[in-house]
Amino acid sequence: MDKNDDAAGSAGKRGLWARLAPVIFGLGGVGFIAGVLFWGGFNWSLELTNTEEFCISCHEMRENVYKEYRNTVHYSNRTGVRATCPDCHVPKEWGYKMIRKIQASNELWHKVLGTIDTPEKFNAKRLELAKNEWRRMTRTDSRECRNCHHFEAFDYGEQGRRGANLHQQGLSEGKTCIDCHKGIAHALPPIEQGVGVDKHGATQQEFHPPAKAGTSGETGPAPVLQQR
Amino acid sequence: MKHSARWLLVLLAGLCLAWSEPADAQGAPKAQGAGTVKALRDTPVGAAEQGGEGDAFKAERDRAALPRDFVQQPPLIPHTVRGYDITVNFNKCMDCHAWSRARETGATKVSLTHFRDRDGKELPNVSPRRYFCMQCHVPQTQARPLVENTFRPAAGLK
Repeated sequence: MDKNDDAAGSAGKRGLWARLAPVIFGLGGVGFIAGVLFWGGFNWSLELTNTEEFCISCHEMRENVYKEYRNTVHYSNRTGVRATCPDCHVPKEWGYKMIRKIQASNELWHKVLGTIDTPEKFNAKRLELAKNEWRRMTRTDSRECRNCHHFEAFDYGEQGRRGANLHQQGLSEGKTCIDCHKGIAHALPPIEQGVGVDKHGATQQEFHPPAKAGTSGETGPAPVLQQR
Repeated sequence: MKHSARWLLVLLAGLCLAWSEPADAQGAPKAQGAGTVKALRDTPVGAAEQGGEGDAFKAERDRAALPRDFVQQPPLIPHTVRGYDITVNFNKCMDCHAWSRARETGATKVSLTHFRDRDGKELPNVSPRRYFCMQCHVPQTQARPLVENTFRPAAGLK
């Protein structure tokens, strides 16, 4: 009896399963393919906006910051490795990238408004725009720099004597790349240096932020440079 | 009479032109490439680019302060200056050599003579007339001299 019941029960189950299986697998399969297509398409179009070509399709970028960048080491150098716009300005990790891309909708809005559509307007805004990037880089511990540059991989013997000294000093003080390396790929906004009239630019405090509290902190005299 | 004099002048001018043209064509060397253009100095124009013992365009590596060769010589720049722009917005040199920055960077401080305006008045910082550092202070390359010369550094500066 038990055997028969079991057999009948499993037969019923098998029947239900046999009927549902194609539907489930069918729906799953269609959903999977639709998902692949949707995600692929989404990612593809997102990556399309993550190219230098896309960035400089706007004259605001092509005529100002792109031209400045073309004179720098990140554009042309001994080994031919190049960092393009998104390498520095768009995070690589998916989550951070999404957040940055959503923030970029504000940039589209200002493109429509024409906020920086002439060199004069751009330069008037340069300080504000530069400060935004400095703040972003400071907050993320220069994440995008570190996609390529690693403190651990520094060969201080290969670096110049100034760089080797200051890198070790900065590292021990807990500084991040952007604390010193501002304006390396684009022209700087006005920076107050105390020569001549007031430029209404970034203060020295903003341009050279002091080392973060909690680390060694004290900025004593620089170590004596070794003669080479 | 006046007319004939004018005509004579025109004729003479025409003759001169006619005379000078073939003379020019004869005087010029046959095929004059860019390499054979003669400079005022007796060396080929491209000599600096050919390098030889030195490399005229390769900046020297960072090193300690360089010796001076003559009295009142502006100190030389003993490091590369690639990308070190001096613009109305920012003076890269002053970012290390200003007195306020030199302690942290270990750079040579700007001379106090640069704090004076043209009337001799002392200013609290570098005078704007001294803003363009590389008008006097220059970086070095390993270029050999284009012309032989007998220059000797000042005895007291050796």
